[in-house]
Amino acid sequence: MYVAVKGGERAIDNAHRLLAEERRGDPAVPELTLEQIDQQLAHAVDRVMTEGSLYDRRLAALAVKQARGDLVEAIFLLRAYRTTLPRFGAALPIDTARMAPRRRISATFKDLPGGQILGPTFDYTHRLLDFDLAEGREPAPAAEVAAEPRPLPRVVDLLDREGLIEPEVAASDEPAGDLTRRPLTLPETRDVRLQGLARGDEGFLLALGYSTQRGYGRNHPFAGEIRLGEVAVEFMPEELGFAIEIAEITVTECQMVNQFKGSAEAPPQFTRGYGLAFGHCERKAMAMALVDRALRAKELGEEATTPAQDEEFVLYHADNVEAQGFVQHLKLPHYVDFQSELVMVRGLRKAFAAANNAGDTPAEAAE
Amino acid sequence: MSANRQDGPLLRVAGLGRDYGRIVGCREVSFELWPGEVLGIVGESGSGKTTLLKCASAQLEPTAGTVKFDMRARGLTDIWGLSEAERRMLMRTDWGIVHQNPRDGLRLGVSAGANVGERLMAVGARHYGEIRREASHWLGRVEIDTGRMDDLPETFSGGMLQRLQIARNLVTRPRLVFMDEPTSGLDVSVQARLLDLLRGLVADLGVACIVVTHDLGVVRLLAHRLMVMHRGRVVEHGLTDQVLDDPQHAYTQLLVSSILPV
Amino acid sequence: MTTADDGRLAGYNFAYLDEQTKRMIRRAVLKAVAIPGHQVPFGSREMPLPYGWGTGGIQVTASILGPRDVLKVIDQGADDTTNAVSIRRFFALTAGVATTEKTTEATIVQTRHRVPETRLTERQILVYQVPIPEPLRWLEPSEVETRKMHALAEYGVMHVRLYEDIAQHGRIAQTYDYPVEVAGRYLMRPSPVPKFDNPKLDNCPALQLFGAGREKRIYAVPPYTRVKSLDFDDHPFSVEGWDRACGLCGSTESYLDEMIVDDEGRRLFVCSDTDYCGQRQAAGHRGPANAPKEAAE
Repeated sequence: MYVAVKGGERAIDNAHRLLAEERRGDPAVPELTLEQIDQQLAHAVDRVMTEGSLYDRRLAALAVKQARGDLVEAIFLLRAYRTTLPRFGAALPIDTARMAPRRRISATFKDLPGGQILGPTFDYTHRLLDFDLAEGREPAPAAEVAAEPRPLPRVVDLLDREGLIEPEVAASDEPAGDLTRRPLTLPETRDVRLQGLARGDEGFLLALGYSTQRGYGRNHPFAGEIRLGEVAVEFMPEELGFAIEIAEITVTECQMVNQFKGSAEAPPQFTRGYGLAFGHCERKAMAMALVDRALRAKELGEEATTPAQDEEFVLYHADNVEAQGFVQHLKLPHYVDFQSELVMVRGLRKAFAAANNAGDTPAEAAE
Repeated sequence: MSANRQDGPLLRVAGLGRDYGRIVGCREVSFELWPGEVLGIVGESGSGKTTLLKCASAQLEPTAGTVKFDMRARGLTDIWGLSEAERRMLMRTDWGIVHQNPRDGLRLGVSAGANVGERLMAVGARHYGEIRREASHWLGRVEIDTGRMDDLPETFSGGMLQRLQIARNLVTRPRLVFMDEPTSGLDVSVQARLLDLLRGLVADLGVACIVVTHDLGVVRLLAHRLMVMHRGRVVEHGLTDQVLDDPQHAYTQLLVSSILPV
Repeated sequence: MTTADDGRLAGYNFAYLDEQTKRMIRRAVLKAVAIPGHQVPFGSREMPLPYGWGTGGIQVTASILGPRDVLKVIDQGADDTTNAVSIRRFFALTAGVATTEKTTEATIVQTRHRVPETRLTERQILVYQVPIPEPLRWLEPSEVETRKMHALAEYGVMHVRLYEDIAQHGRIAQTYDYPVEVAGRYLMRPSPVPKFDNPKLDNCPALQLFGAGREKRIYAVPPYTRVKSLDFDDHPFSVEGWDRACGLCGSTESYLDEMIVDDEGRRLFVCSDTDYCGQRQAAGHRGPANAPKEAAE
């Protein structure tokens, strides 16, 4: 005698408990603290803040811990938390020109005012697993800093002064759009596209950026400048009438210098791509800049035929919270629809068999 | 149907022009097209003939001039004065547009029959059997084996695709069909067969056509009248045989003399 | 997690969303009701459940829910499937509302993939979870183009798809999420309910709301609205049937789930709507697999 399946609630409770146990792992092993994650897995925290669209190292570290290191899951946690936060208003735009960069490089000039500051980078390491690190040895003291970091002019601003690069101007006086408040509408303005890219999955953007370099919408990028450092976040409350500094955040900025273009009315100038991320996320900022420039193809009078240039394709699929939700939703029960398909397929097979036995071609079948 | 429908031209183009920034697409083009008439537009590439066709067929909005079509209920109407819905409906019913590359004018993911039946379904046909009969009839008219009706276009040859595109357009019995290089890309024997078919269909159905081509042989066979374009302007205009046998304008003379006799 | 006295999670607004967001969603709902079947874009929020798992339905329910409402949540017709449990729990935690498994007791029913067998009343609202709201999406991937097609009522291409089914299979092969025309104007997807349920949308006394969170669209069918499933005159719309009754309650009129009950592949067919089946059994109806002397309950 068949007894209907019950106990879904209990199954879920037990699953949660098992998850908590596995998250903790062997109790004999020390538990991870949020400080350890923040300090020693800093890039994980940086990525979660960037794609989670929320600057809070401690919350991001908690998300990483709760998600057991699954960064896309951690990003989801942070986004969901963000939904519940009250909004006071918009900060003033951050001014990266005022940044005192800890790392600042440019591929377009051999030397420039302020020099090429390598800072903390994996770039020139040899990718050899370091077994001393496994033992947990004390690191060698860092080299003495030659001078305190100070604000440095941006390379693109230098090009700008000569009129060599297109100026970056806001398309209108409208306040910047916000994808978290209203849905995507195509065509989108650049401010909203950049927001979509900043929140977008690094892997997806990396692949798209890579595709442009391989010829799917080549736009001849040069890394004009990549800088990492702290900037002040300022807010102007209505009652005060002047701006106050409410926070200092670390950002990574990438400005690409791209294919020049001129017209009958204007002499040729270089064009731009822009990328920005919270914390130290260079790969993300660079990929973002490549895709930003690709998405400007139509605006710059170029033929837009490749995936990276397709605004609809890029913006609709860049968000990994949306993507992972829909992909993973296939795990949910679909048996009712499957039952409908079974009925249909069985019916079609019956009709096929009948028609073949009768020697006729299959006629239009009734239900 | 209104009484004045038979009295006037089917299409009246006046002062039509289209610029692309400082580049002239076409300039100051004026002509009339009468029911059942075939007008050929010839010129080398860059002459503006394709721009003219696109503007006349509402695929591109002109920067100067007007295009007026004799609509069934209201007589000569400026097509850019219509709403987008009305214009799109016009393009799907009373007009046909045959693209140079048939793939641009077909749905490659659905069967030949569905391609031909689509326009009928778009204007409300709801009887599967009747739609299928109509589609079958038109496939026959363009000499496609009706046994291929349920096949996908990807299995068709270039010539068959072009004929399928024509059938797809003719099913709503349009009064005006625009054709852009209908035979280019096809090999010579296939071209000849297609031209023959077109000539027969156009005569039988009394449909007016505007055919853009660089091939004088095509206009010789199909067109009653001819317009020669050079650098965006019409340099000569007249009956096909007259223009080809006795060209007046220097450019036309050059064009005619450089082509091998058909 | 700390809870308040009424069992609600501390620190969160009633039904989780802030009031401004709820107002925004209700404005979208009103627009949707005013234009039956038309998809209204809305600023979908990230929710604690993943996109694709019912966030659209959840946001609609959260926006219309009041403290005196009674909520039923079903998935595949059953109250006890894992996602239905999860969503019901979410509302119990964030709103403290009464919940029920009985369709007749609910004021709001949120559903995934089924319409309840029990006919709904004018005092009820049915909220559907929608994965893909756009009926023309498979034929036209571009959002810009599909919006234009809806605005200009260019729906011929949908019949092309149905024509193709008949040409290839001899019948229309769409078995769920079967496209409908609403109030003689908009083409709509009823969400992945089996076509068996389509007739229930037509002239329904209850308000029907559809929420797509990931795609950020809301649409609606007001009470007593004409909802017609697309078809051809000579291939009329028809629903699936089984040549058997529910093994437990004997109903020959409900949608049946097929279950494989042993290693030999023996099958049992049971009502998908667990409440409907339970009510019938409580009223004394029995199916072939549920003869009274073998009842194990």
